[in-house]
Order: sequence, then structure tokens, then C-alpha cells
Amino acid sequence: MTQTSLTPANRTAFWLPIWTLTWRELLRFFRQRSRVVGALGQPLIFWVLFGAGLRGSFQAPEWAPSGMSYQEYFFPGVTVMIVLFTAIFSTISIIEDRREGFLQGVLVAPVSRLALVLGKLSGGTLLALIQAALFLVIGPLLHFVGLGPSLGWHLSPVGWLAMVGFLGLVAFALTALGYSMAWSLDSTQGFHALMSVFLMPMWLLSGSFFPVPESGWLSWVMRLNPLTYGVAGLRRLMSPTLAEVSASSSLPSLSTCFAATFGFCVLTVMLACWLTHRRSVINVR
Amino acid sequence: MIAIRVDDLSHAYGDRPALNRVTFEIRRGEIFGLLGPNGGGKTTLFRVLSTLLPVQSGHVSVLDRDVATNSAEIRQRIGVTFQAPSLDRRLTVRENLVHQGHLYGLRGRELAARIDDRLARLGLTDRMHALVNSLSGGLQRRAEIAKGMLHDPELLLLDEPSTGLDPGARHDLWRYLQQLRSESGVTIVVTTHLMEEAEKCDRLGLLDCGQLVALGTPAELRAEIGGDCLTISAEEPAKLSQRIAERFGIEPKLLGQTLRIERARGHELLRELVEAFPEEITSVSLGKPSLEDVFIAKTGHRFWEEEGTKNEERGMRNGE
Repeated sequence: MTQTSLTPANRTAFWLPIWTLTWRELLRFFRQRSRVVGALGQPLIFWVLFGAGLRGSFQAPEWAPSGMSYQEYFFPGVTVMIVLFTAIFSTISIIEDRREGFLQGVLVAPVSRLALVLGKLSGGTLLALIQAALFLVIGPLLHFVGLGPSLGWHLSPVGWLAMVGFLGLVAFALTALGYSMAWSLDSTQGFHALMSVFLMPMWLLSGSFFPVPESGWLSWVMRLNPLTYGVAGLRRLMSPTLAEVSASSSLPSLSTCFAATFGFCVLTVMLACWLTHRRSVINVR
Repeated sequence: MIAIRVDDLSHAYGDRPALNRVTFEIRRGEIFGLLGPNGGGKTTLFRVLSTLLPVQSGHVSVLDRDVATNSAEIRQRIGVTFQAPSLDRRLTVRENLVHQGHLYGLRGRELAARIDDRLARLGLTDRMHALVNSLSGGLQRRAEIAKGMLHDPELLLLDEPSTGLDPGARHDLWRYLQQLRSESGVTIVVTTHLMEEAEKCDRLGLLDCGQLVALGTPAELRAEIGGDCLTISAEEPAKLSQRIAERFGIEPKLLGQTLRIERARGHELLRELVEAFPEEITSVSLGKPSLEDVFIAKTGHRFWEEEGTKNEERGMRNGE
């Protein structure tokens, strides 16, 4: 991984594998229609059903603009859920790649381990962004069939760019987390188990589903959850009206959100790189 | 010129030993076969040579580079074909090759030309746009080899290359490997458990229970046994063995229900044996030693032993 001199040839040798691994990820995804449906359909259904079911019992947090419905509150959370699901589905393929032998072929190629990690992560991140973008378009359209609130987008081009960029950062971190899990496991069943006891609770306790309470143990768990800052940051970037609202436990400031998400991303990527760098028996079974 | 130098290499999976102090060399431009039963350690050795497993103890150099410290350079110069296909089954043959080329830093017109060349050589041109999933085992194996050859490696490592191939396809594969060796001077290392495949190698290393038990050309190995090989079936082989020993001063090897004797002028012994023990011997055959006989002579057991007896007798298996 030590790149001492960046000659053009070296640069090609570094970027070409990243590009080709990303390209493969996209190609595979679009050849499996069921994955598109699974990663987008379930969150969409959740959004409509929970939105309808919890409308009555929802207590909007203080910072919320008056008349905010649960479905509006839930919108950024569902976007993060789509990103999480897509990240999971694209990294779980590492286990299949290993079983089918494809991964071994990549491991004996003269590809730096960093390039291997980055290729897989950018593939997963791009897919997550594509799926999330679909939801950002389809979600508001549900208003016209009576299944969703009226969501007007009031973002400037720079605002859009900031939101998509931030979402990309969240996606990159989650893909790196999924990657590290998949790299250490030798069965997809194991991955599903970790998903139900770790990834789903992480999402539920991120402020996606309900606001972070002011005090109590739940409050602490949610404040320590790195994804809380991803959801809150996205929430702020999605509606410019929240930009002026001062920071609270259920809505930290944008700079806190960015710093926490960036730190989370760096940590998970480092973990993924470290795991990949070891020559391990698990990869040659 | 040495392509691979293995010096005192040992490897264990946890506390299960897989390789035990293996030392040998592979010369440039030869086809070298690693022959042994499943569990003999050849796949472990293959994985160390292909830079997938770390060197635990000992020293291994491939193309004059140390595997432990210089794997990046080695990876650029070797081609590896695994037993389990490493093709992406949801991609077409050509897409797989493009992907492979990119991993090795090839692109554009040069990559396209190489892909066309490999596809033509391996007779895959008309199937290049087929999904790998839809190909037969033989065609998949050919695509796998095209993949391993794409970057013109100086050394090609193949793990059980003829797995799943019918005899015709196997024949073609070996013709292609021999052509590659003679035309481009590529060093080829194959692992195999098939005797007839081992016969086609220039030199062989016999691996059993993690140890290198013999090394040489197929002819040299057979010559080490010398002479002829007598295989005797009997109702009570143990008793017969004892009586042969008493009468002729020979110690036959007892292998299950058969006895085996290696010696020069075997036809004379055969006549004497049949005259001496007409009742006890059910059948006897005389032949030139095969590689299987070499294996038996070197290890004292058959190449294909039942798993159970082998475990009990040898108390050692490796992780395959």
C-alpha cells in the first residue's frame, strides 16, 4: 500500500482496479432485479405503513416545524435505511465471492489491498446513492396517490450537492462497516444474524424511527450511536428551515454531525483495510 | 535457472500440520507436477506459492522474489488458476476477461487484442458474450485458463486443472499447456491426483501427509523401483507373506488383500511363486512399475486409501 512515487503508470495501476471492481458491482446489481426491488421496496412500504400507523401517537420534537407529520419526520430515516440495506446487500456478496472463488482471483492479482477495499466500497456507495435517489423521487410522488405527505423540495443546487455528498459519506461508512463484517464471516447466515442483532438496532436507535429522548439510558445509547449523526445531518440538509434551529440532543449541529460521520467513516474504512491486509486462511477455503 | 525455490517449508492450520519441512526447486521452462492424494498437502503448497497463505516457517522464493516480503511483484508475474473457478458467473466470458485485464493494469486496444487472442486460442470466440453461468464445465475451465494467461505470466500455477473435464477436453488442455511451455517458455506448475496427468509432467514431486516423499522425472521415479512389479491376491495374504519370506527371503508389502513385490527379473520369481504356492495364490500379475507403484514404494500405503483406515494409521490430515 505504500505508494512511493506517483508516476502516471502507477496511478493507472491504482485507479484501474478500483474502477473495474466498482463497474462489476454495478453490473451485477442491475442483472439481479430482485435486489433492486428488495432494497428499495421494503423501505418504501415501511415508510407508508409506519407513516399511516404511527400518525396518531407521534409527538413531534421541539425543533420540528408545526404540523410535521410522522411520515415527514420518518423521511430522512427511510433514506438512511435504503442506504443501509443497499450497503448490506452489496457487501454480503463478499461472502459469496469467496465461496465461488472469485475473491481468490482478485487476491492473487497485483492489486493493492487499499484499491480492493476502495473498489468494493465505491461500488456499494454508488448503488446506495442510486437507490436513495430513486426514493427521493418516488417518495414525494406518493402524495398524488394519497399515500404520502406533500413534500416540497426547497433546496438550492448547492444544497442538493451538500445533501447528496453527505449521504455519500454515510453510505461509504455503512458499506465499510458491512464490508468489515462480511470479510470476517464465512457464511451469509452469520451475516443475517449480525444484521438483526446489530445493524437493525443501530438504525432503529439512530433517530430515524423516533427522536432521541432528552434523558435516560436510551438517550445515551442513541447519542453514542454514530448513525444518529448521519440521520440528523441528513435531516438538517434536507430541509433548509432546520438550518437555523439550535443544536439539541435530538438534532445536533451540522458541524457535529459532519465531524462524527466523517470520524465514523475513517474508522470503518481503516478497519476494512486492516482486515483485508492480512493473509488469512478464511480466504482460501 | 530456478523458477521456484522452496526451502524447509512447514505449514499448519491451527494445530493440524499440512506441510512438514518441504524442500525442492522448480526450474524455469518445465512442467512440474505436484502429485499426491487429497489431503497430502499439495493444495496448501499451491496456496503458499500463489501468495494466498503466509509463509509460516521456512523460505519460499518465486521468480527470484521472496514470497514473504515481495508478493506484489510476484503477483504481477504469475498466473493462477484455481480448482474452484474464479470467474464471476453473472458476467459474460468477455466481461470477466476485461475485468481481469484491468486488475493487471491492461486496458484499451492492447487489452482487446489480448482478449481476442486468448479467446481464439482456447476456442471460446463464439461464446464470448455468453454468461459464464450458461457454459459447460469444460468451457468454464477454458475461460478460467484464458483468464490466468491474459497478462502473459512467466509462471502459471494450476490447481487440479482437469477437474470436471471430459477426456477430450483434458487432452486439449494438456496440448495447450505443452505448446505454451515450448513456444513461450512459460514455467507451469500443476497439482494433480491423476496418474495419467502426472505422466505428462517433465518432473514430479510426490506429496504425502505433508511431506515430499519423492522428486524426479516420471522415468527416474520408476527407475528407482527397478525391474518389475508383482501383485499377488490371496485368501490369507498375511500368512502367505510370511511363507514367501521364509522360503525366498523376500519381504512382500502387504496392502489390504494384496501383496506386492518389486524386483528385477520378476517373470522368474512369478513362476517360482506359482509353483511353490499353487493353493494359496488366487491371482498374480506382473507389470512394469507405474507411478502408483512408486507412490506405494515411497509411502508404504496405497494412493487411494479409505479415509478411515488412513486416519487411524497415519493420524494426520490437512485442511482441505
